[in-house]
Amino acid sequence: MNTELLGIVATFLLTLAIAIPLGKYLAKVFAGEKVWTDFLKPFESGIYRLSGINPKEEMNWKQHLKALLTINLVWLVYGFFVLIYQDKLPWNPDGNPGMSPDLSFNSIISFVVNCNLQHYSGETGVSYLSQHYVMMFLQFVSCATGIAAAVVLFKAFRDKTTTKLGNFWDFFVKSITRLLLPLSLVMALILTFNGTPSSYEGKDQFISLQGDTVNVSRGPAAAFIAIKHLGTNGGGWFGANSAHPLENPNYFTAMVELIAQVIIPIAMVIAFGFFIRRKKLAWTIFGVMTIGMLLLLIPTLSSELGGNPAIAKMGISQATGAMEGKEVRFGPAISAYWSTVTTIISTGSVNSMHDSSMPLTGAWQLLGMMINSFYGGCGVGILNYFIYLIIAVFISGLMVGRTPEFLGHKVEAREIKIAAIITLLSPFLILTGTAIATYTFNNYGDANWAVQPQNWLNNPGSHGFSEMLYEVTSSNANNGSGFEGLGDNNTFWNVLTGIILLLGRFLPIIGPIAIAGLLGAKKFIPESAGTLKTDTKTFALMTFAVIIVLNALSYFPALTLGPLAEYFTALSR
Amino acid sequence: MKKYIIQSIRLTLVLIVLLCVLYPLSIALAGKLSAGKGGGEKITKNGKVVGYALLGQSFTKPEYFWGRPSAVGYNAAGSAGSNKGPSNEDYLKGVSNRIDTLLKYNPTIKRSDIPADMVTASGSGLDPNISEQGAIIQIKRIAAIRKIDERKIAELVIKNTQGPFLGMFGPSSVNVLKLNIALDEIK
Repeated sequence: MNTELLGIVATFLLTLAIAIPLGKYLAKVFAGEKVWTDFLKPFESGIYRLSGINPKEEMNWKQHLKALLTINLVWLVYGFFVLIYQDKLPWNPDGNPGMSPDLSFNSIISFVVNCNLQHYSGETGVSYLSQHYVMMFLQFVSCATGIAAAVVLFKAFRDKTTTKLGNFWDFFVKSITRLLLPLSLVMALILTFNGTPSSYEGKDQFISLQGDTVNVSRGPAAAFIAIKHLGTNGGGWFGANSAHPLENPNYFTAMVELIAQVIIPIAMVIAFGFFIRRKKLAWTIFGVMTIGMLLLLIPTLSSELGGNPAIAKMGISQATGAMEGKEVRFGPAISAYWSTVTTIISTGSVNSMHDSSMPLTGAWQLLGMMINSFYGGCGVGILNYFIYLIIAVFISGLMVGRTPEFLGHKVEAREIKIAAIITLLSPFLILTGTAIATYTFNNYGDANWAVQPQNWLNNPGSHGFSEMLYEVTSSNANNGSGFEGLGDNNTFWNVLTGIILLLGRFLPIIGPIAIAGLLGAKKFIPESAGTLKTDTKTFALMTFAVIIVLNALSYFPALTLGPLAEYFTALSR
Repeated sequence: MKKYIIQSIRLTLVLIVLLCVLYPLSIALAGKLSAGKGGGEKITKNGKVVGYALLGQSFTKPEYFWGRPSAVGYNAAGSAGSNKGPSNEDYLKGVSNRIDTLLKYNPTIKRSDIPADMVTASGSGLDPNISEQGAIIQIKRIAAIRKIDERKIAELVIKNTQGPFLGMFGPSSVNVLKLNIALDEIK
């Protein structure tokens, strides 16, 4: 057991050892300072020339958003049709069928918004063409979109007063050429040499040792799995995601995949501080996020290592922890760490099945996704946190009776309104979404959908409710993991989560950028004795309190009906 | 607006070439140098492929070491876990049946000897491993059926137990397929 805990500590320390220098590097890249990867400049100029882009053209915040939304719309249309017609397009060695329009609607949105909620299974639902030209493509560009959006926000606070926030295409392309592609190359090679398939061969067949005929799904997965983690996407090549032995062959690759999914979210926080020349602010933000992570991780570890009391009652030793839905080569400890990491940042890849986690673990997983900013997804993590910061600035301002300011800019009614709307959006989407689903389950059980509502749930009682709550929460957080027992490939879930995915992605990007753009354009007020300092421990505590209070008020009732009820009724009896 | 649309389409096309053609192709080429030439490492016995090193397969005959329960019957073309919640009554009944089966085939062991991994389904349904304890409880049964000295099989289990990564990180595990192939080789 000790080697398992040591594995977590090593993984986290290695993550920091990579993420912190990476953050400093990113700050320089986006500030246009000299870095060692500048040899790629001619290559980038080539990309700009072919695309008809002038990377020096300055944009204001509205132009940034227009560019961002336009290219995302192009991807939506492109991918939607590829997925529907994948059976008629080339490169489908396993002969998988085209997607139904509602499944394609859901899948394409899910990948455009960096969520990777999958209502299909990799082995049977998509062709190799779709896997690479739609899914993997979007794993790169959706992450780069998030990073570019965050850099726009950084830009707004770098100079005293400015409306010129750099060029969106420039940030976007550099996120790929200077960060995602090089790291993906390294990681894909590591995976390939540890056993993940990388060749284009289709299904294989063999006769097993005791004589059964076995079909094996394969394919060029290594390249895909690298960006799946680096870009906090999380969509699996195979149905079982990173629990699949070909997708995650051994303990070493588990460590690599865990490190890969956390480095960019942490690096973005560090980059923020270095970019706006307020390193202390970055460290306080990092501190709050890390404490939040630990507060979710420790109870998760304790409930998973404790095992399932219902099985213990049958006389089976739970010394190795809860093993349902987990793999022996990983064990429960790193699986618990994985489940925390993948829910606080928006990866949503899994190396164990969350539906089979202990009830309290489920509560922590849900809470991680509800908060969605302890590190958070690529780029969007810091954007989400920014909203909490603005709310904290506002409340502190009220408490001490001063006009709230953030980094030398007055925060006024307009900004607060935007922040409030974004803050209320998550509980609105999660709670109404779950309510609609529950209502449909109870009242329209025999509706004629691919999966009838009465057959949606894989588990009875409060755990079944958790399956629905988890699906909606995961969609809103753009996370993509699931309580996978839920029968989610039908019109209802495809459309409901599709809409939540879109709103849960783009409004929380538009909001912070609008606030940052508005603030950046305001007159800069130099710091004085009366300024509310945002990089102190007191303010960090304030932000933490805001995060906890807002989320507790919003979600405690829902969590009570789901995982908490299961814990107190079924398992402690 | 029109400018952005055209730029978006052109940039998308350029990036598709870079990210969807060149990048995976370079990985596939490098993968040719890996153990399974990029198609997954296979295990052969007497020149015939009997499985993939990383993929668990179904063992139901009592003369072989059994792997973990699988929600998909070790279907390597449709991986999945059971997704059963920990308090689900039906699920717990299933676990109880698995315990009874193990006790029936291995009459010398006690309930408390059975490790959790032998009565719970894995996440992928393709778990290639069991815990060392999961192998140990099966030694007596196999020794009796195959009429081989118990100690010989116990040695085999130890030899096929993979320790923590670098000796420090993570759990130990036993690859069931490799263990069973080694078992077949005992004369």
